[in-house]
Amino acid sequence: MEYVANKDNIARRIARIFKPGNVVNLGIGLPTLVGNYVPEDVTLILQSENGMLGLGPAPAKGEENRDLTNAGGAPVTIAPGGCYFDSAMSFGIIRGGHVDYTVLGVLEVDQEGNLANYKIPGKMVPGMGGAMDLTTGSRVVIAATLHFEPSGASRLKRRCTLPLTAVREVNLVVTDLGLFEVMGNRFFLREYFEPYTPEWIKARTDAEIIIPNDCRPVVF
Amino acid sequence: MLQKPVISASEAAAKVREGDALMVGGFMACGSPHTIIQALTEKGTRNLTLICNDTGVHDLKSGRVTGVGHLVQKRQFRKIIASHIGLNQETQRQINAGETDVTLVPQGTLAERVRAGGVGLGGILTPTGLGTEVEEGKQVITVGDRLFLLELPLKADVALIKAKKADRAGNLVYADTARNFNPLMAMAASLVVAEAEEIVEVGEIDPNAIHTPGIFIDALVQAERLEG
Repeated sequence: MEYVANKDNIARRIARIFKPGNVVNLGIGLPTLVGNYVPEDVTLILQSENGMLGLGPAPAKGEENRDLTNAGGAPVTIAPGGCYFDSAMSFGIIRGGHVDYTVLGVLEVDQEGNLANYKIPGKMVPGMGGAMDLTTGSRVVIAATLHFEPSGASRLKRRCTLPLTAVREVNLVVTDLGLFEVMGNRFFLREYFEPYTPEWIKARTDAEIIIPNDCRPVVF
Repeated sequence: MLQKPVISASEAAAKVREGDALMVGGFMACGSPHTIIQALTEKGTRNLTLICNDTGVHDLKSGRVTGVGHLVQKRQFRKIIASHIGLNQETQRQINAGETDVTLVPQGTLAERVRAGGVGLGGILTPTGLGTEVEEGKQVITVGDRLFLLELPLKADVALIKAKKADRAGNLVYADTARNFNPLMAMAASLVVAEAEEIVEVGEIDPNAIHTPGIFIDALVQAERLEG
């Protein structure tokens, strides 16, 4: 079986985790794609750490407002009922436990729930931005990532080697191979994307993976 | 009500002295005082310490530079305290070359440290960063059965901030997500200059709508450059 990277499957699966009214923060990059797949009958309140609840879609060309961006600095809109606030309030919302789900990108994630995504010493130091507060404060932390690095190594590890963004905070990891729950220092493969099989996934991931009896294929 | 002086951007830039700690409002250049930044870039004051959410954009390939990235490009900072520098390749280069000392602070901690500096707190206790490199060299304090990091206040010699609207008393209104760190920095520096897109007479802004009270503001600058 050949592995074909598929970011959309990751975003589609994550988008179905939420319930109407959940307060959700989507990170920049792959996590932002999740917004494209939220079912129509599920209205979320998207939090953007630069100071907004009710993050809306990108504006039409020519309608951009230079005062209204997402955390990546890209123009966005605000949904009806949304509001703005300063950075202290924004992180009060985040750190204070008022965000239900945060979805973040990954350099490495391990079976203890540790996440590394802000620094490759000596090479690339983008900084943690709001990620450390988001992982500390959000009720559920979802790590979203392609399963493999370009080198072919799995991003799911026994132990992260890069500087950590979050210590034992990750609850779910969704890759283009499956959905993993972090529990008791192990990954539980709850769902997998066909045509891959649980055994195929387990054999190619350098981490302890449990395949429970009710492990099932993802159905959209 | 005492009126605050409306000064030029170059007069504002001249208030920043060699070696100062400088706070600059804005988030990825949204809500940054672009007019004053341009004047300070032209003046070229050096050895500054920057306290800002990020260092804007600097794309070495396209040459696109935004926000405080212009000051980074002219190497006006000796030290940078920020939460994110990922979109500024020049900052990245200066770190790797050992030219600039960059301290990364989690964004929520940065906001609270600036707030603490402005509101007279001796520090804040936060769980953010426990068990990571952020913890190194910091005091861990137990409250009940939970651990927290003691994070110390941040203050600056000068804060340069940006508002949508100001009245002559210095009362400020921000727009949309351009608010971000501006109201926090307005309270945390010895000298605060606010650049505003519109400067109106005292009484023209509904007191209910004011985000930052004018007492924090020392001078106003009419914004001319709204992006950059």
